Amino acid sequence: MPTNSTFDVLVIGGGHAGTEAGLAAARAGAKTLLITQSIATVGAMSCNPAIGGIGKGHLTKEIDALGGVMAQAIDHAGIQFRTLNASKGPAVRATRAQADRGLYGQAIRSAIKQQPGLFLVEGSVEDLIINGDRAAGIITDAGTRFFAKTVVLTVGTFLGGRILTGKQVKQGGRRDDPPSIKLANRLRELPFRVGRLKTGTPPRLKGNSLDYTAMLEQPGDQPTPIFSFIGQRSDHPDQVSCYITHTTEETHDIIRDALHQSPMYSGLIEGVGPRYCPSIEDKIVRFADRKAHQVFVEPEGLNTNEVYPNGISTSLPREVQIRFVRSIVGFEKAEIKHPGYAIEYDYFDPRDLKNTLETKAIDGLFFAGQINGTTGYEEAAAQGLLAGINAASIAAEKDTWCPKRDEAYIGVLIDDLVTRGVSEPYRMFTSRAEYRLLLREDNADLRLTPVGRELGLVNDRRWRIFREKRKAISEEQERLANIIVRPETLTEDDKSILNDSLQRECRAAELLRRPELRYSDVTALSSVGSSQWKTPMSSAQASQVELQVEVQARYSGYIKRQQREIEKYRKQENLNIPANIDYASVKGLSTEAFERLQAVRPETLGQASRLEGVTPAVLSLLLIHLKKRQLKIAS
Amino acid sequence: MTDTLDYIEDTIVAIATPPGTGGVGVVRISGPKTEQIARAMLGCLPKARYATLKKFIDPEGNVTDSGIALWFPAPDSFTGEAVLELHGHGGPEVMSLLVTTAVELGARRAIAGEFSKRAFLNGKLDLAQAESIVDLINSGSAQGVRAAHRTLTGVFSAAIHDLAKRLTELRSHVEAAIDFPEEEIDFLADSDLLEKIEECETHFKELKRQMRLGRLFTNGVEIVIVGRPNTGKSSLLNTLSGEDSAIVTEFAGTTRDILREKLNIDGLLVELVDTAGLRESAGPIEAEGIRRATIALQDADIVLWMQDATCKDEQDLNEPLPNGIPVVVLRNKVDLTGDNSGQVSTEPVVLNISAKTGAGIDDLRNVIVTLVGYTDQGEGAFTARQRHVDALTESAEHFTHGYEVLKKEKAGELMAEELRLSHQALGKITGECTSDDLLGEIFSQFCIGK
Repeated sequence: MPTNSTFDVLVIGGGHAGTEAGLAAARAGAKTLLITQSIATVGAMSCNPAIGGIGKGHLTKEIDALGGVMAQAIDHAGIQFRTLNASKGPAVRATRAQADRGLYGQAIRSAIKQQPGLFLVEGSVEDLIINGDRAAGIITDAGTRFFAKTVVLTVGTFLGGRILTGKQVKQGGRRDDPPSIKLANRLRELPFRVGRLKTGTPPRLKGNSLDYTAMLEQPGDQPTPIFSFIGQRSDHPDQVSCYITHTTEETHDIIRDALHQSPMYSGLIEGVGPRYCPSIEDKIVRFADRKAHQVFVEPEGLNTNEVYPNGISTSLPREVQIRFVRSIVGFEKAEIKHPGYAIEYDYFDPRDLKNTLETKAIDGLFFAGQINGTTGYEEAAAQGLLAGINAASIAAEKDTWCPKRDEAYIGVLIDDLVTRGVSEPYRMFTSRAEYRLLLREDNADLRLTPVGRELGLVNDRRWRIFREKRKAISEEQERLANIIVRPETLTEDDKSILNDSLQRECRAAELLRRPELRYSDVTALSSVGSSQWKTPMSSAQASQVELQVEVQARYSGYIKRQQREIEKYRKQENLNIPANIDYASVKGLSTEAFERLQAVRPETLGQASRLEGVTPAVLSLLLIHLKKRQLKIAS
Repeated sequence: MTDTLDYIEDTIVAIATPPGTGGVGVVRISGPKTEQIARAMLGCLPKARYATLKKFIDPEGNVTDSGIALWFPAPDSFTGEAVLELHGHGGPEVMSLLVTTAVELGARRAIAGEFSKRAFLNGKLDLAQAESIVDLINSGSAQGVRAAHRTLTGVFSAAIHDLAKRLTELRSHVEAAIDFPEEEIDFLADSDLLEKIEECETHFKELKRQMRLGRLFTNGVEIVIVGRPNTGKSSLLNTLSGEDSAIVTEFAGTTRDILREKLNIDGLLVELVDTAGLRESAGPIEAEGIRRATIALQDADIVLWMQDATCKDEQDLNEPLPNGIPVVVLRNKVDLTGDNSGQVSTEPVVLNISAKTGAGIDDLRNVIVTLVGYTDQGEGAFTARQRHVDALTESAEHFTHGYEVLKKEKAGELMAEELRLSHQALGKITGECTSDDLLGEIFSQFCIGK
């Protein structure tokens, strides 16, 4: 590895954002250096050892569609896979997998090793090299300087991190890892708005100290769902079960009596925690009438004795943790391996970023991940990927890219961050996506792989598999559109499939639009029959194609309507507001509108329209101002 | 998303002449859908930039007015877009009907200064003129805020905000079930959800009823008379439109051969539709008569079902009576049976009358006035600005679709989508409910968190 040398892209941090950023930049052709405090913790899961879930599974599949590593890593590390919302429609179904922490890190590190153009080095970054208002490199604690055209900061909770357990406070970015204090101080000198957030983790338990017979077993789905579009079931390691248990009233009493010792309630913590991931202290205070709370007992791996009790995140003192844990059903003899803790850290107001995740104040400097006020591996990875792509593009003087809100959850995530900012750690939910019926897990590749290919992120193998799949979908759709099912030629079996509801002749493709009929029902009709794929496909591929044919038919009416909505949205999204606009010179703006616009400095009229207090009248005034500007420049 | 999105590319419509009953009023339409609207309202596209005498037709095919139509294809127009001008007879009712027709055909009511803004953006006005547009937009916006505030006080405000609150709560359950399937909470406990939906539906209906009141003074109430032949419908028509109620217009023999009469009951403007007229004009084809009667019934505010009190046979109707519209059963010819005239039952409403002698007719008038909730004082009534009417109508439509989806396919992402659209439409009146607001509602109600 060349030292003191120059790179296209520098990535600081080896978490989920950093690794995707480094990999994406290198795939796009940039000479990339990834700097981490410790190579051993690259790809570490600091919190819950799981990938996916509602909204998050969507993000993971989008990252995969763009050539990212997360989905393939979890396919090789997942030890319990489930499809959530399986009983609901395909748009809101999501894949989730419990991970073997060790296997996951291994898969990530092996992807990094194998990636040409990506270099990995250990070091703690202490300073940024900034020339004028342009990032140029970094300096490590060893005094080594690395220069690059662009720098991506993915330092997670390490900036000004404080770990709290009871009254005990220590500086840190993660259990056993030091915080990045010097870098935090340096960044605080730069013109960025800074805030404090908090999050927490539960105590880790020794698996062999738990009584599983008292708990509800939760096995994974069979057949196991697959994460990556190019993944196979044979990638999966051995599968195990998770378990569900409950807190008791005794648990609640112990916690209530010890509340004064919680840093949350003693005033030691000023940061805002996430409402959807409250500590057990919060749950008991805010929902006092609940007699029990669910605890998910999640193994951390196949060959470890460590267990993650999901649902009892806490920052109470260690001795209280031991007592309340042992009051939970099945945990009577539990031993705590590591106590839970709360962590408070700096984040930078993402409204100071462009939608490429480049900072508005310093050219070539990108922020991705928890530093932007988000939480979750998937949210971090998605930002890392996008920042990596754009850092590489800017280094190569190419056009930048960000998906729109109608193209990807990644687009929703970025737009929400840079437009609305955050008031608590930001997590993805499907309800954040107004085009939810379009943004499905099942079509993430159809939405994004073509653009990923253009950006140089999609390798030949993935591209070939994708094109075969896309072709098979349209061939099957055409076949079903050409088959006519006639009431008079139905067999008895056909009639029972159709529940005797066929009144007139009908194309097979139309039958597929009926909510009660699945693809397998329609192809079971004697006049339809199953498809003969022209190109040989794996069973995983074939089931992707079948699902796609079914889903596209089912949603066709809604998709058409959303398309019309999207057309309107796109038109405003394409009207750019010049970065140097002087809002004080826009005639007629109210003070409120002026302040909001000034705080965010939106890049397009569409983004402006999503700001609170920006009314149609304000947009008119902006349009008139822009037109006037244009006329003045022309004359 | 806010409704600001459909701001730039919409087709807009407004009355271009000052309010009041001037001799001539002008309605102006501008935007990409103008040509389509012109064809629908005029039957064909007039020659570009020529004043053409035309009948103005509403979507049902009725002639609203006739006057001069002017068609300006883009870009040679005041706004630089395709523009249609309709010069009609100036009365506020006619003008507002023309605007409503354009809205039904896909236009949106323009915001103050919007035509001039478009003209400027399309290079039709110079820089100096742009300054005045800014003032126009701002004063218009301020007026709009005041007007909206006025509309949003009192009954209407309370009712609509109550509805918005209910929608938020309903959606918080539906969305929580989607986003938090691993929680042990049954967000969609069946009876609870159905109850919430039905409550919302009742509120939508109530609001629409209230809106109808706000509309009374301009568009009137539509009453459809149904019944078998020879039950005395014509006599009733004549009696109702007798001495103390003046016939305003007669539209018989227009495009769809509908027999309509306008009359005034205690200051309430009423339009009477006789389905017998529909039948007879349809000629021997019974099916066509039923079809037309069915359409008329859908638009009805009240249905009067005429029955012959002297006849003991079944008096079933051929056309189905629509749900949710009050039906008044009139047992006519009590002068022959000797029964007492007047109301004999409230559930259903049944009146004994004699169209011939006029017995019971005053009771009927009272029933009509009560059913539409109209009183001289207009108590409980309000004037929703027309924009609010559009938004509420849109919201109610999506809500109904959502309910239908629920019945067919359980609560899932499709119902959630309809409720989102319903809420979004209502947000044009109450202010947007963002996904953050919704999540806030979820987290405050439920203990979420693995």
